[in-house]
Amino acid sequence: MKKEKKRHLKNYNNAGYLFVLPFVVVFLIFSVYPVLRTLYFSFTNARIAGVGDIDFVWFENYKRAITDKFFWKSLWNTVRIWGVNIILQLGLAFLLTIVFSDIKYKMKGLPVFRIIYYLPNLIAATSIAFLFQTLLDWRYGTFNQIIAAIYKLFGATYNPIDWLGSSATAGNAIAVIQTWMWFGNSFIMLMAGVQGISKDYFEAAAIDGAGRWTTFGKITLPLLKPILLYVAITSLIGGLQLFDLPYLMSNPSSASYGSVNTAVMYLYKFGFTTGTTQTGYASAIAYVLFAIILGVSLVQLKVFNKED
Amino acid sequence: MNIGFKIKKTILYILLILLATVCLLPFLLMIVNATRSGSEIVTSFTLIPSTHTLENWKTVSSYFNLFLGMWNSVKVAVPATALTAYFSALTAYGLAMYRFKGNKTLFTVILIFMMIPGQLGLIGFYNLCTKLHIVNTYIPLIVPAIAAPGTVFFLRQYVLSVMPPSLIEAARIDGAGELYIFHRIAIPIMSPGIATMAIMAFIGNWNNYLMPMIILNKNEKFTLPVMMATLRASTDITANQGAIYLAVAISVIPILVVFAFFSKYIISSISAGAVKE
Repeated sequence: MKKEKKRHLKNYNNAGYLFVLPFVVVFLIFSVYPVLRTLYFSFTNARIAGVGDIDFVWFENYKRAITDKFFWKSLWNTVRIWGVNIILQLGLAFLLTIVFSDIKYKMKGLPVFRIIYYLPNLIAATSIAFLFQTLLDWRYGTFNQIIAAIYKLFGATYNPIDWLGSSATAGNAIAVIQTWMWFGNSFIMLMAGVQGISKDYFEAAAIDGAGRWTTFGKITLPLLKPILLYVAITSLIGGLQLFDLPYLMSNPSSASYGSVNTAVMYLYKFGFTTGTTQTGYASAIAYVLFAIILGVSLVQLKVFNKED
Repeated sequence: MNIGFKIKKTILYILLILLATVCLLPFLLMIVNATRSGSEIVTSFTLIPSTHTLENWKTVSSYFNLFLGMWNSVKVAVPATALTAYFSALTAYGLAMYRFKGNKTLFTVILIFMMIPGQLGLIGFYNLCTKLHIVNTYIPLIVPAIAAPGTVFFLRQYVLSVMPPSLIEAARIDGAGELYIFHRIAIPIMSPGIATMAIMAFIGNWNNYLMPMIILNKNEKFTLPVMMATLRASTDITANQGAIYLAVAISVIPILVVFAFFSKYIISSISAGAVKE
């Protein structure tokens, strides 16, 4: 009897294979295989995948990537835009979290504010790109018109800035737009974390006479660390793959192109642009970028865990 | 409460509303400018709508068929979302409820692929599609949705927290088959989690740009974001800003409708993403 039951249980468990089978098949074909195929290409001189003879060149593409100053420049652009963005984004999200979790002020309207702050995140990057490109147009854009009107109010004249066209401002403009798109997302995450912290901690701190900033530094921040890590890593993985906005908002012929050309745009140039396709080299760039993302993620994990 | 406290609180509210305005103003300007002619927009800004919507619409429709792009996006996003929802639930249930050989390995692989950036397999993916002769079809944009590691991960945790194993045992004793149990018992219990993930998947599919741009190369197949992006190549439409604003405004409507209905689910899924760690 007992043996029979055990046999049955085992049969039940075998049904699990049926449940995961579709996932595994599609996953192997469309996720695992492409990743391995790209790895294979990265060791070859393939120009356009599937066309002409392909020979192994082993690490030539990697050597080329590491010594390619345009690749490093694109990587630096990406990191710079991400860096400005993440500081603004997390800073703003933090300030909002402090305001809304303050037990003395008891701010109302969180559900409404939360939705409004999140709204920009919903819109397709292509729509955002054209909206801001048009708003920020240096001659006819509404943004410069508003600034000019404010200047005029104070009797000054405003010399219109070409926000997206000049290399001094284009990267920062994109970082700010990215912040505009993502701070609500970070804020919701941090707020969810704060709401997960037991009220007892805050009440105990209040009884002990801890001020706002002490409470924040000694209780909120340490307890939010796992979420902060999660936000930082997901933002980094997303940020180093930045493509849509700078690709759509810049033009290879404009002065700002050199400062907003990101790593994935560089990859796209060699991977998919007619005329410049070098599949082998593009694949190596993909793997170098992956190695960097992996490395930085591991460092982030280490740094965060060290503080314990 | 003293006056200083009240003033401080009022200032905080003003700042919060100011930030909300910053979030909404571009959309407001977009809607207003969509009703104004190019020359009106060029000369001044205002929040008062004008009367040139129809002209702008004529310019837009002479340039591309926005509704075709929208319909194409529906044809990609709806099946892809349905596949992600159903098969992620199936896989998550399988991983959570059955102890079979390779279960742990599969879960580890899923975790690893969640961390792998999408661009890593891009070139191999395109190469695969060329070999399968599915470039310029919707298959590469729909079928891979069956395997969504992030959604599986989330739903696996979800099943574990909402599904009482005794319920499954009871159904088995009653003689229910495993798939029957999944369809009739598990899916209804998992539905809030599935809905949350489905909405996020829909938004992701709807807004996706890089992949459709790589896979599709015929105008009549373009999804909405790819179609919008063709504005980049055009110079004549930049002369008519009103038309661009109108095109962007229309492209934004479907997702705003989705958000209006499902904002609760969306907020809860982001919150869940944060606390699941």
